[in-house]
Amino acid sequence: MSSTTNNAGRLDAVAPAIELSGISKAFGPVQANKDISMTVAKGAIHGIVGENGAGKSTLMSILYGFYKADAGSVKIDGVPTQINDSHDAIAAGIGMVHQHFMLVDNFTVLENVVLGAEEGATLGPSLRKARKELKRLADEYELDVNPDALIEDISVGFQQRVEILKALYRQAEILILDEPTGVLTPDEADHLFRILRNLKEQGKTIVIITHKLREIMDVTDSVSVMRRGEMTKTIATSTTSPEDLAEAMVGRRVLLEVDKKPAVVGETVMQMKGLSVTDVHGVKRLKNVSFELKRGEILGIAGVAGNGQSELLEVISGIGAATSGEVLMHGEAIDVSKHANAELRRKRGISHVPEDRHQRGLVMPFMTWENTAFGYHNEPEYSGKMGLANQHHMKEDAREKMERFDIRPPNPQLVASHFSGGNQQKIVLAREIERNPDVLLIGQPTRGVDIGAIEFIHQQIVNLRDAGKAILLVSVELDEIQALSDRILVMFDGVVQGERLPENTNEGELGLLMAGVDPEANS
Amino acid sequence: MNKNLPKWVDLGLIPLLTLLLAFAVSGLVVLSIGQDPVEVVQVMIKGAFNPFGIGHTLYFTTSFIFTGLAVAVAFHARLFNIGGEGQAGIAGVGVALVMLSYDWPHWSIALLVGTLAALAFGAAWAAIPAYLQAKRGSHIVITTIMFNLIATAIIGYLVVGPMQGEGSQPQSERFPASASLPDFHEIFGWFGLEFAKHAPANISFFIALVAALLVWILIWKTRLGYEMRAFGHSEKAAVYAGISPLKITMIAMLISGALSGLMAVNTVQGEAERLLLGSVEGAGFIGIAVALMGRSHPVGVLLAAFLFGILTQGGAELQFELGIPAQMITVIQALIIMFTGSLENLVRMPMEKIFIRAGKGATS
Amino acid sequence: MMDFLTNDLLLLSDSAVRNAIPLLLACLAGLYSERAGIFDIGLEGKMLVAAFAAGAFSAIAGMPAYDGGWEMGAWSVWIGLGAAIIASTIFSMIHAFASITLRGNQLISGVAINFFAAGITVLIGQHWFRMGGQTPQLREGQRFEPISLPFAESLKDVPIVGDIYYQLISGHNIIVYFGFIIVALTWWVLYRTRFGLRMRAVGENPGAVDTAGISVVKLRYSALIITGILCGLAGAYLSLGTAAAGFGKDMTAGRGFIALAALIFAKWKPISAMGATLLFGMLEAIGNKYQTLDLGFVVLPGQFMQALPYILTVVILAGFVGKAIPPKAGGEPYVKER
Repeated sequence: MSSTTNNAGRLDAVAPAIELSGISKAFGPVQANKDISMTVAKGAIHGIVGENGAGKSTLMSILYGFYKADAGSVKIDGVPTQINDSHDAIAAGIGMVHQHFMLVDNFTVLENVVLGAEEGATLGPSLRKARKELKRLADEYELDVNPDALIEDISVGFQQRVEILKALYRQAEILILDEPTGVLTPDEADHLFRILRNLKEQGKTIVIITHKLREIMDVTDSVSVMRRGEMTKTIATSTTSPEDLAEAMVGRRVLLEVDKKPAVVGETVMQMKGLSVTDVHGVKRLKNVSFELKRGEILGIAGVAGNGQSELLEVISGIGAATSGEVLMHGEAIDVSKHANAELRRKRGISHVPEDRHQRGLVMPFMTWENTAFGYHNEPEYSGKMGLANQHHMKEDAREKMERFDIRPPNPQLVASHFSGGNQQKIVLAREIERNPDVLLIGQPTRGVDIGAIEFIHQQIVNLRDAGKAILLVSVELDEIQALSDRILVMFDGVVQGERLPENTNEGELGLLMAGVDPEANS
Repeated sequence: MNKNLPKWVDLGLIPLLTLLLAFAVSGLVVLSIGQDPVEVVQVMIKGAFNPFGIGHTLYFTTSFIFTGLAVAVAFHARLFNIGGEGQAGIAGVGVALVMLSYDWPHWSIALLVGTLAALAFGAAWAAIPAYLQAKRGSHIVITTIMFNLIATAIIGYLVVGPMQGEGSQPQSERFPASASLPDFHEIFGWFGLEFAKHAPANISFFIALVAALLVWILIWKTRLGYEMRAFGHSEKAAVYAGISPLKITMIAMLISGALSGLMAVNTVQGEAERLLLGSVEGAGFIGIAVALMGRSHPVGVLLAAFLFGILTQGGAELQFELGIPAQMITVIQALIIMFTGSLENLVRMPMEKIFIRAGKGATS
Repeated sequence: MMDFLTNDLLLLSDSAVRNAIPLLLACLAGLYSERAGIFDIGLEGKMLVAAFAAGAFSAIAGMPAYDGGWEMGAWSVWIGLGAAIIASTIFSMIHAFASITLRGNQLISGVAINFFAAGITVLIGQHWFRMGGQTPQLREGQRFEPISLPFAESLKDVPIVGDIYYQLISGHNIIVYFGFIIVALTWWVLYRTRFGLRMRAVGENPGAVDTAGISVVKLRYSALIITGILCGLAGAYLSLGTAAAGFGKDMTAGRGFIALAALIFAKWKPISAMGATLLFGMLEAIGNKYQTLDLGFVVLPGQFMQALPYILTVVILAGFVGKAIPPKAGGEPYVKER
């Protein structure tokens, strides 16, 4: 199972930086890691790919001492090392940049770097030393950040640099990055990869967890593939291809493209006019956004997370209020003030599959039959007399939906948290699509969804389009936007940075737009 | 949380074990003040169940059903209403105001009017904390605590000021005789049955049972209850579904306050027949323990309220027979809140381990 | 005018300081807890149990041997203080065990602690002293005496400055001065030390602390030990440092809740906490001094003055006096494993 990656002929001369053997970890009844062994050569960039829930993050969290393995052992630089907590990992020269940054928002960069690596009981000397050290690291690795800026005031790209600086300040020799490009623009991602290559040249060992195969091909020397808690293969990157890796991830050949006919676009259903949103902190999240949505089209909104897409969905779906601007449906204005109500939107034929199904789309402790009526529970079909609910119909209805959408296990009495990500998303989708809406708003349709379910979900969206409905798709996955959309809007910093047709654009151009650069304006 | 546990463990075994733990520690407290736990239990049970004692036990049970339901309803919307004490107190003022204002022709009318007054005043006292929570984000736990203390000051002012009756006692005039509610002796008599005279249990016990049934229907069968539970599990999801947090917070707290208020029908109208200083006597707080123990389910609340009724009446007997201060009950109540509320994982975590292991064995 | 200054304002300020001290100590106690991410509505109960332990043990320590006492003379008060700190810290550790180790509901734990304290103090008090829950009246050596600061007597007659020094600043007991020192100390700990940095971090994002190789559990337990000690001081002040000179049933009388309100008012900052508790102390002083307040157009009853701090707390909580943003991780148990 394990195979040493021989990087530039340094075979056996140097002990591998990381050697994991027989790692197993269970969370309750779920076996997240099964007998995993893996070796990473010193000075290599090693990738770990796998679907959501394959156990990548768990494995690396074990290496970082965040979780404790049930079985298995770890060698660092050939030395058996017991890692019980993050403190041990740091002492062993391991640093980790978590997917969700582990930073204190109302602390300065400097305080965050110093936290846990203080020199003595008082802070003064530590802060002075860290300030000097940060400057040196910034010069050496292109890691410039203002040490006195508050974390909450800097962009995610900079926050990520702070995480890397934290690791380097602790003299990490091994750096683990968990989905590091998920929140970055393609441009920022390239900068990150430059930093990583730079670190590699200095002899650091790097492990990247990602589900993006392109990145693996670009930046790594070797790659391991994980599937359902097991490590299915480890291979030198130069001897593999994205197709091979995808197959190893899923266990079969997958179709990376969506099968769809050309769109038959009809009349305009919705018009957004000058929508702006200012949040409670006075930050402008959405700035004067205008566009139209037509029957029979999938309008894709591309952009890095946090550039106003969420606010846009919230305003249109009636969850959030617009500070200014209006939304017209069939030429008629709908309420976008703070009095807006999502239930009224549904009555007008606007369905919404929200970005966050755990927090919004589903009530996790609710049974499926309660969830399949959620948001429509006051509709006559679900209502009984005197404010009662028609529970008999709710259960029947849930049973039918579960059958039509192949939701497993098909038991309406199970609570939402029992289902896999893909099946949870199908519950939401079944509820929203079966209402036969004029407009479907859909955010991150396949986030945390296994590949098998992705195909099904994409097909449902396309079917709805072919039935003449208008679909607004928000996704941070550029591949998904390109595969599904009939028209693409790119958002950056709360504005629509550009509009493209998928057949006339490419990933490079869209990436520039996502970073706030208009290639046409520049050329 | 409980997705790996069978229902009978989650709703039966764990509450039972936590309760036993609470009682075990209570036994230690009894030992520490130099008393014999076995004797204490005997005295309490005898005191709570003798023909006269049961009338007191059910009287206390009635109050605790109301305050327990009040806390439970708010819990379903994830609102922690510690304000039952103040809401019941102010409801008592409302009951006294209507009872003193008119000589009601028949007790049934007096009961109806008194109930309405209790509902309205109790709900009103919960309305401001609810509004401040929903609109201004003031933590409802702190505001309801403050409203308890403010209510105490108001009642203190009224019973020595505008509402003071004849004499120097801090209490109102006695209600007219027509406002007097039938007690168990009278009610049992209608059916030719015996019940000890002069026991305070009265017709409001049956109102409490009806209230429990209505709460069950509200929470589990109505769309409003559905919305409350959805809001309680996730405010974000509620907003997504078009459920207004302001509306749910207000309604849940108004219902909660009204239920607390109903307690005044039992105590102020049914028993004291006048407004007294401190007629709530901690029942508002006991409601927290009752709701926690009863898992916020009306059936659980009924059982837990009965248990606390026994404890309270038995505790009064303790003072009488053994000279143990009534605060013994406060201690037991605190221990029950602690073990069934904050220390529940002491029992739950080992249970999960046992049953997950058993579950694994079954599937593999 | 001078009369008003010396007689009324100074006297009021003086009693405001006395009233503020237990609030201040409890407020700072809450600050450590909440800054570390643990809600604490059990300040009231911890203060109460500390007041009882202080009163009971100081009394026992000072009693003659034939009464079962320890005859410790002037040391009695310190025995009382020590007992208060230990009792309060034990209660704080129960809260810590429930909130940190068992990840239980912190509000419920606080409620339970308040009730437990209310009950157990009377039960044990009655068992020990048979005085209906009271502890015996404390005599000299069993309570904290006023300290006359240097030159207080000689500066007494200097106008204004001397009055202020003599009447307001001098003549309090040691816990009062200690309370103000703790304000400065807390500021320094919070913003200038490693412990303070980590404590603030764990209340905002425990994940950041954990991944930095620091134990969240140890850090939070440490903070709650400090909370216990400070609540112990606050409670000891009530029975050993005021005219009560002994413990009386429910003697905290809601001070734990007012301290909590002051903490919110002060936005979890130590210097502001001092300001907030002095303000509330002043309100209490006015309420005590003027049983009814005649404002010309309306006469306010005494009960209104009694309720005023609570009403103000509600107004403060409603955010009409600036928005208070609590530590982000407050109230949520830290769960690492899924």
